[in-house]
Amino acid sequence: MSETALDVRDLRVAYRTARGPLWAVDGVDLQVHPGESLGLVGESGCGKSSLGRALMELMPPGGVVRGSARIAGQEVVGASGSALRHLRGEEVALIFQEPMSRLNPLMRVSDHFVEAIRAHRPKVAKEKARSMGREALAQMGIPPTRVDNYPHEFSGGMRQRIMIAMGIVLRPRLIIADEPTTSLDVIVEAQILDILDRLRRDEQMGMILITHNLGIVAETCDRVLVMYAGKVVEQGTVEQVFNTPKHPYTRGLMASTISLETTELHSIDGYPPDLVSPPPGCRFAPRCPYRMDHCTDAVPEYAEPEPGQLAACYLYPGAGAPVPDDAPQPGSMEPSR
Amino acid sequence: MSRLRRRLEHAWRPFRRSSRTSRVLIFVGLGIATFFVLVAFVGPTVYRYSGVQYRVEVAPEEFESLPQLAPPDDEHPFGTTRDNFDVLARVIGGAQLALSVMILAVAFGMVIGVSLGLASGYRGGRLDRVLVTGMDAVYAFPPLLLAIIVSFLLAAYIEPGVLSAAGAVGLVYIPQYFRVVRNHTLSVKEEPFVEAARSLGAKERTILGRYVFFNVVQSVPVILTLNAADAILTLAALGFLGYGVQPPTPEWGYDISQAQSDVASGVWWTAFWPGVAIVLLVTGLTLLGEGLNDVINPLLRARGAAGREIGEPPGDEDQSDRDADAQRDAEPIDSGAENR
Amino acid sequence: MEGSSLRRYLVVRVLLTLPMLLILLTLVFLLLRVAPGDPITASVGARLPPEEVQERRAALGFDDPLYVQYGRYLAGAVTGDFGNPVTDRRDVVEIVLDTAPATFELSVVGFLVAVIVGISVGAVAGRLRDTPFDVTGRLFGIVIYATPIFWIGLLAQLYFSVNLGWFPSSGRVGGFDAPQDITGFYVLDSIITGDWTALGSTLHHLVLPGVTLGLVIGGIFVRLVRVNMLQTLRADYVEAARARGVRERNVVFRHAFRNALVPIVTVMGLQLALLLGGAILTETVFSWPGLGTAIVEFIGSRDYPAVQGIVTFIAVVIAVISLLIDVVNGLVDPRVRY
Repeated sequence: MSETALDVRDLRVAYRTARGPLWAVDGVDLQVHPGESLGLVGESGCGKSSLGRALMELMPPGGVVRGSARIAGQEVVGASGSALRHLRGEEVALIFQEPMSRLNPLMRVSDHFVEAIRAHRPKVAKEKARSMGREALAQMGIPPTRVDNYPHEFSGGMRQRIMIAMGIVLRPRLIIADEPTTSLDVIVEAQILDILDRLRRDEQMGMILITHNLGIVAETCDRVLVMYAGKVVEQGTVEQVFNTPKHPYTRGLMASTISLETTELHSIDGYPPDLVSPPPGCRFAPRCPYRMDHCTDAVPEYAEPEPGQLAACYLYPGAGAPVPDDAPQPGSMEPSR
Repeated sequence: MSRLRRRLEHAWRPFRRSSRTSRVLIFVGLGIATFFVLVAFVGPTVYRYSGVQYRVEVAPEEFESLPQLAPPDDEHPFGTTRDNFDVLARVIGGAQLALSVMILAVAFGMVIGVSLGLASGYRGGRLDRVLVTGMDAVYAFPPLLLAIIVSFLLAAYIEPGVLSAAGAVGLVYIPQYFRVVRNHTLSVKEEPFVEAARSLGAKERTILGRYVFFNVVQSVPVILTLNAADAILTLAALGFLGYGVQPPTPEWGYDISQAQSDVASGVWWTAFWPGVAIVLLVTGLTLLGEGLNDVINPLLRARGAAGREIGEPPGDEDQSDRDADAQRDAEPIDSGAENR
Repeated sequence: MEGSSLRRYLVVRVLLTLPMLLILLTLVFLLLRVAPGDPITASVGARLPPEEVQERRAALGFDDPLYVQYGRYLAGAVTGDFGNPVTDRRDVVEIVLDTAPATFELSVVGFLVAVIVGISVGAVAGRLRDTPFDVTGRLFGIVIYATPIFWIGLLAQLYFSVNLGWFPSSGRVGGFDAPQDITGFYVLDSIITGDWTALGSTLHHLVLPGVTLGLVIGGIFVRLVRVNMLQTLRADYVEAARARGVRERNVVFRHAFRNALVPIVTVMGLQLALLLGGAILTETVFSWPGLGTAIVEFIGSRDYPAVQGIVTFIAVVIAVISLLIDVVNGLVDPRVRY
């Protein structure tokens, strides 16, 4: 079955604000195949979390989703209430950032499982649902006897594992993990990432890992998408994007990561643009050290400087404007470390 | 001068961001309260009768009584009472009393409650424990009963009047201020910016005065307006039971108690108008409090409540289109009805 | 393992109630001793010769030092001796037994009405935030709370009693319909003795005062329930439940509403004190022979011992209710237990 786990076309997400609609995601295309892990990176406010939520139409009041997102072939955007409910939990699971507050403090863990399972399979007996829950917990490395405990009796790392267990108990095709380890310490983080990795390989689940931590993307993902100001500026395999970043923003990101060899700290000057009235043309142009005059004319299309690696930048042929002769060459743009 | 302006602008910001409902609430509440202030202080000079007047001087040394239990008419728009008082005059007089007692009571309760709350929250330790248990005990006590007992006791030392009523009513609310201010102080105390200030060498007094106080004081206006509303109700209840000011001073609650015997014979205006006044004033103050609460308490602010329904995003091919759209005057393409 | 944590919690709560009780009692004692003079002089001083007044004072222990009186007071409270009024032949305990059931029945009805109004209007208003229902519901809650209980009671009497004649305007029960006095709770007594006329008459008399009291308190509850619903509806676990595909109906009820109940129940319990204040006013308007009327009468006749005794009883009741609330909290919310 070569059906993609996730197929997104021209996805747009907006929030209602006093100053007008804020387009947090402005035209994103992406695909995730079964068993593939896709990293979604960018700084705070680039739209990656909104994208993750939008894939399940889990918007706050005043938020809208436009475009198309198909999970295992079923359309999410504009789907009916019951169709959405079927998708959520059964075809796609969302792992949230703060495990501490994601479980109802008044309900036992087993109650959570029973509720989640019976919401999709009402015919399943309570006892069966509980044993499914115990199995899922065991897969996560939590003693199944603890299924009757209350959430406050677990640590943060264990709660996140419980959340993952609940997410996969019905074997969804797609897992969306939104900063799943940001609030956890590094040892627990490694365990969680391990679990997620194992799951997607054993169960052939597609996975989107949303994070601002480039390190874990490098470790666990096959492909990566870099987002900026609501748009995808670069995508490709992890090796391509991390070793030979093409878009100036990605280069800036890579240059600002710290390793043992770092002698100088780099950052990107300036701030992300206002998404209620974004700047014309390439949104990174105001901060781009390689900015050319025509960069602010129109939004660049996706150039393909290398097979499989896309970058929305006028420095490369195919972005919608001819590359000037005096444009900086990719080779001369190696960041100094 | 510009620093003042900036401070004011900063204070004004939550109002600018607030939803329309809260602004309406505040506006209406403030309007009603102002109306009553006007009635209380302008009324007596404008209206021909006074609240304690039961007769008119038709000629030097010659008096004619006002009619008794007269239904509302041109001469007495709200009717008259069993004691030949003009009801409208009594309502106006009652407004004056209610507002005076309310201001005194609220000031009293606030000053004591807030200072104790600050001290208790900031110092902690034994003082805190004692105060908290004490305040909790008082808070658990039926407020009306407490007010009755206190006003009753005060009446032995002070002339029963505005001061004693204000004291009784104000005292009852001290635990509320205390509790809210103390809790807020506790959480502010742990904030990083306080620690930062301390590590920069700021004096304890500065920290308390400038950092903690200004933060904590945010929670006071809401309690203040709700306290004011409650004060009016408590005063009326005390008056109804006979523990308020001395007759014949006009007091809404007292007038209603006097009207009890009128009700059986179908006389409605002696009980009705004072009650309406109470409902109106208390509603106004509560609306003000709710509006302030919505504005100041961001937790309750609705996400996505402000702004228009969203249509298609502006097309990003055409620069000129974007310029036009930047004015945000154009209607979104597939928007529904404008609802915010 | 769960059983013992609940048990430990209960034991600790009971122990913690004692200091609260102590403070309440001390408060009552101080308040009523602060009054100038002494109760005897105040209540009968004008009518009796000074020597007799002095005799009575000494006999009742008012000449003893303050701390002795305090000790005697506390001992009395513990053993159930709340003192004797000056103007009444019954002792305080008898007065309480005579009048408390009436207040209790009234309060129960009032509380039920308030809870029903508060939860139904408040929960729906919270769910349908900012819709016309929400706005009307909030307004209703505010205006109702702004209405003095005694005024609504009076107008209700005027309209439903005098005008329409649907309900009686005073008293607990029709003239000769009182049930046999077993517990003092008329509803209970009439059911026990199978006296259906009495039951009907009692319930009939309970409607007007009960609804009056309940509506006003209900106004407070509307705001309380609404605010808590709003807070729980935006909780993280609510969003997580939605993300698992749980039906919206279940999300609202099982996650938002049920969790909102925890703080709601606590605050509602605390409002029981408010209920008593309202009961005093309601009883006065409807000539209801309860504790409130008794207190008002004794205050009127300056009978301090009686007032002190009754208020002491009330203080004990408050402490017990406080304890009960904590117990319920412990049963419902597993995080609270030790």
